Amino acid sequence: MTSLETTPTTRSRTGQFVRNFVSRRAALIPTFAAIAILILLFIGAEIFLRGDFISPRNISALLLDNAYLLILAVGMTFVMVTAGIDLSVGSVMAFTGIWLAKLLVAGMSPVIAVPLIVLGGALIGLLIGVLVQYFDVQPFIASLAGLFLGRGLAYVVSLSSIKVEDTAVLWLQSTRLRLGDWYITPTGILALLVVLVGAYVMQFTRFGRTAYAIGGNEQSALMGLNVARTTVAVYVISGVCGGLAGLVLTAYSGAGYPRNGVGTELDAIAAVVIGGTLLTGGRGYVIGSMIGVFVYGTIKTIISFMGAEQSWMQIIIGSLLLLFIVIQRAIVARSDRRG
Amino acid sequence: MRRIMKHRLFWPLVALIVLIVINTIARPQFAKVTIQDGRLYGNLINILRNSAPLMLVSLGMTVVIATRGIDLSVGAIMAVSGAVALTIIDRSTDPNSLGTVLTALVVAILVSLVLGVWNGFLVSVLGIQPIIATLVLMLAGRGVALLITGGFITTVNSTPFEFVASGYILMLPFAFFISVAAITALGLVERRTALGVLTEAVGINPEASRLAGVRSRIIIWSAYAASGVLSGVAGIIYASNIRAADANAAGQFIELYAILAVVLGGTSLMGGKFSIAGTVVGVFIIQTLNSTILFLGVPSARSPVFFAFVVVIVVMIQSPQLHRFAGNLIRQVRSRGATDSTGDVEVPS
Repeated sequence: MTSLETTPTTRSRTGQFVRNFVSRRAALIPTFAAIAILILLFIGAEIFLRGDFISPRNISALLLDNAYLLILAVGMTFVMVTAGIDLSVGSVMAFTGIWLAKLLVAGMSPVIAVPLIVLGGALIGLLIGVLVQYFDVQPFIASLAGLFLGRGLAYVVSLSSIKVEDTAVLWLQSTRLRLGDWYITPTGILALLVVLVGAYVMQFTRFGRTAYAIGGNEQSALMGLNVARTTVAVYVISGVCGGLAGLVLTAYSGAGYPRNGVGTELDAIAAVVIGGTLLTGGRGYVIGSMIGVFVYGTIKTIISFMGAEQSWMQIIIGSLLLLFIVIQRAIVARSDRRG
Repeated sequence: MRRIMKHRLFWPLVALIVLIVINTIARPQFAKVTIQDGRLYGNLINILRNSAPLMLVSLGMTVVIATRGIDLSVGAIMAVSGAVALTIIDRSTDPNSLGTVLTALVVAILVSLVLGVWNGFLVSVLGIQPIIATLVLMLAGRGVALLITGGFITTVNSTPFEFVASGYILMLPFAFFISVAAITALGLVERRTALGVLTEAVGINPEASRLAGVRSRIIIWSAYAASGVLSGVAGIIYASNIRAADANAAGQFIELYAILAVVLGGTSLMGGKFSIAGTVVGVFIIQTLNSTILFLGVPSARSPVFFAFVVVIVVMIQSPQLHRFAGNLIRQVRSRGATDSTGDVEVPS
């Protein structure tokens, strides 16, 4: 009898725990779903591919190949948490990347050139932020202007690709800090640093909480939060991330190319959404976006392992995006009903 | 004069006329139209012809934006539609027969309709934000188009198919007649029936209009379906113009230019009141600007810089903040000029 009695109670206790967790931490579910998908992808690839998919080399390469996207996704998370969107990141990356290449070829020291291009990215972000905050322009349209501006400026810098021979910038990419078969490049370290700083600012500072509050409710000015400054700042952050991504991409490819990053803004948005950031703002995690980027990168690696058409990449990312949006939609509907 | 200036087409039309006048002064041959072999030639005719794909996409975008939505997938639908049409013509035994081409066109447009209905389903039934709902197809659509063409750029030689973009009727380009037909059809449906008013009602307040008995779901759904069909036709014109299906280049950035055309035409992105005539003017402004930039000898790759400034200027002119600021400024100047008159406060409309 006793055993019969205890089993249901423990079960209901676990059930209670799950229910409590779901209701209190509903915002975390999409991120956990992303982690689950990432693990499934790894296991699936290990079983169905040649069996050498989960290797230190492959996982190290995942960070190396997607460092630029990771940096962009961090900036995008800030913007999307405030219920905004930044379409300009891909072309800002292209512009800052090729500008860096041009400055270096002209003989400028990277110590001056790198801050200069990051400043360039920040200025485009500032333009978008000011349009959004002070002129009431929708983020979509304001960042569209940024997209056009960045892409056009990239071509103004040069119509063709510029090879980089500066040793300091190439060092970022070619140096491999090894630990057995694992390795990490300075570009990878930079990307992880951006993630850490981003996560810290988002979770533990007044600024981060203001950003969440803006996404949750536009009228948060009532609570004495500085909405105007924060809204402008998230776009500046995204622009700075665009500049850093330009540096990483130029180091990665060893050249600046004005056609770089066409459509990268969509990849970044997809990665952020897959990582669990809500499009309506107010919820999302920088770490989640990192998971989203890794899901994206893993799918890309699997596709190239299978030797399949790259067109599948677009279809799979599109479908995955849809799946996550529907999950989010269900969660939001649930918490709305709860009041 | 004030009433003319208040008309919402006033500023877009002024912009277009100024552009054409500047062009004509800078190069007198700009406005020249010549007749060769019973066909009209000239820059203005080229603008009419080349604007057809953007015109169709922008018309669809206008209706979608009027419902408070946005359709990012138009370029991808263009790519799919072109890929479907050209693959059918390419695989057929007789690419030059009219029957083959008509079948290809009908199938391509039906596929586009299905894609539009899919977008509408996500937005109106599942209630997903339009930007993201259509982003799904924007990402996946080009992949589908690449699969259809097998990753290659399919090229065909088919006289009836080439007629779509390059043919002439009554001295004017055939593509122009497609634009006119689309404008007329949309104008009749939206302005001669209640549909236009209902669409605006849904855009202004979806919840209130639903409670008032407007079937907002079906209206939103049909807006995306219409946008899909129009993009499909645009994709066919594009493919016919280059005689190839290029899944990557077809309709690239066209969603951005279409949104710009709609905004230039005075339709607010917040939904509600829309203007088909405004969109038509907006499309011509963009096409003329494009031709101006090319004439200035700027490589077309650099033209986005110009468009960036156009977007910034346009949104700032439309911004209520600037209106308020300008209104305050005018009032200040006036009150300084006439300090003795007390009842000088003007209520901004």
